[in-house]
Amino acid sequence: MIVFDRASKRYPNGREGVSNVSLRVEEGEMVFLTGRSGAGKSTVLKLIALLERPTRGTVVVDGKNTATLASRHIPAFRRRIGIVFQDHKLLTERPVFDNVALPLVVAGTPLKEIDKRVRAALDQVGLLGKERALPLELSVGEQQRVGIARAVVSKPPLLIADEPTGNLDPDLAVEVMRLFKRFQEVGVTVVVATHDVHLVRELGLREIVLDHGHVQGTDDDPLAGMVATR
Amino acid sequence: MSLVLAAYGARHVQAFLAALGRLARNPFSTFLTLIVIALALVLPLGLELLVTNARIATGGFANAIDLSVYFKTEVPLAKVEQLAKSARERPGIAQIEVISADAALVEFRAYSGFGAALGVLNANPLPHILHVRPASDAESAQSLEALRRYFAAWPEVDVVQIDAQWVMRFNAILEVLRRLLIVAATILGAGVVAVIGNTIRLEILNRRGEIEVTKIVGGSNGFVRRPFLYAGILYGLGGALLAWGIAASAVAMLAAPVAALARSYGSRYALVGPTAQELAILIAGGVILGWLGAWLSAMRHLRSIEPRA
Repeated sequence: MIVFDRASKRYPNGREGVSNVSLRVEEGEMVFLTGRSGAGKSTVLKLIALLERPTRGTVVVDGKNTATLASRHIPAFRRRIGIVFQDHKLLTERPVFDNVALPLVVAGTPLKEIDKRVRAALDQVGLLGKERALPLELSVGEQQRVGIARAVVSKPPLLIADEPTGNLDPDLAVEVMRLFKRFQEVGVTVVVATHDVHLVRELGLREIVLDHGHVQGTDDDPLAGMVATR
Repeated sequence: MSLVLAAYGARHVQAFLAALGRLARNPFSTFLTLIVIALALVLPLGLELLVTNARIATGGFANAIDLSVYFKTEVPLAKVEQLAKSARERPGIAQIEVISADAALVEFRAYSGFGAALGVLNANPLPHILHVRPASDAESAQSLEALRRYFAAWPEVDVVQIDAQWVMRFNAILEVLRRLLIVAATILGAGVVAVIGNTIRLEILNRRGEIEVTKIVGGSNGFVRRPFLYAGILYGLGGALLAWGIAASAVAMLAAPVAALARSYGSRYALVGPTAQELAILIAGGVILGWLGAWLSAMRHLRSIEPRA
């Protein structure tokens, strides 16, 4: 589903986001990207979602080479990826329903279908009945779950999350991670960036450790390990 | 295919309603923008109405350029009739009217106020006259001159007078006004594009966050642009309708005094408002300028907003 081959991203200001990163995430897999803040976790996610293009190397997501994908194909590419942000990125002046419906609206889904799927997504995150609430009327944990509902409402094959538990207390964090696990169990590929190592260990899933823009050796990823030894 | 079309249509309706709702939610700033646009549109419309009304007020005679052919007083009426008959054969002449010296005297006596004074003359001092109306395709200065020379060449003719100088001047003034109208419409049209472009630019910057999120979830540039284009079209349309309202009010306010003025000159002329065709041009112009302003702004500013996670 995701293949990084010696991918590097250098920002215009000269900062190196990641360098020479090789990694692979199989379809239907759930992996964690861990490492200290500034280690390059967010950059890896941006490269996956084509919010950035690699400056060197290749990134192939969902069979598409993101370095060469024409700009006009980017919207269709992004519709196959659900993204959860640490700061939710909700539209604060729009009710929950509109926020969750947005990916369906941009995809031109018929209104009746939108209604059904938004309710289903809100049900999955336990927020059914909050459709008319404004995001700021909800707790932080609820806002995060609205963000998750928006990411999964169009049933994308790939779900990525950047520090989705960063603002949550430990109980809520576990709950959110279990939610991601449930999506993985129905076939969605899930990549979660987090610095919450304890939580990751608890779930016992594969972990890709980033340090200063490089992939650290991990037990079950020979490709990543190989790169890390350089 | 029809399903695809329906979905496409539904998306346009959504974008249109979203744009309309947004304008309605900020009635004050929307109204201020509409006023600016309406004022820019009403000036060319006013000039157009001025030209139209000036033409109507001056009636048919603005186009009626006549020649008066004065014969020498000793030329008999029969000769004049005969010459008139041969002149009617000539191309470029719509109509020739023979006014005999006697008829002219009766008319002069009746209308000039010199009736009593004329009584002391024992002979009619007036000559026979031909009133020549050129054909409508022979009204240019050259063909008028050719016509003048044709009549002046007759030995029986004393003077040929073209009653056209002031008519030509008047038409020239109207032509200047019409050019001024085009210049004003161009300049003010550019102003409308700039006003709407700037309004849309502010709107885009205000909604930066929303645009970013929309792009993140896969909204195409077309999808993001659409509501802004509709907003531009609505601004143009609203401005045009408001301009119509302003022009109609102005015409209504001026109608009574203008009619009174016209009556004092014995005319039944009444001020006319914009015609259906002028309104259609006004509204189409407003819509096109609004769309153009929004499109330019959207092209310029939406591209710069790319999602940054």
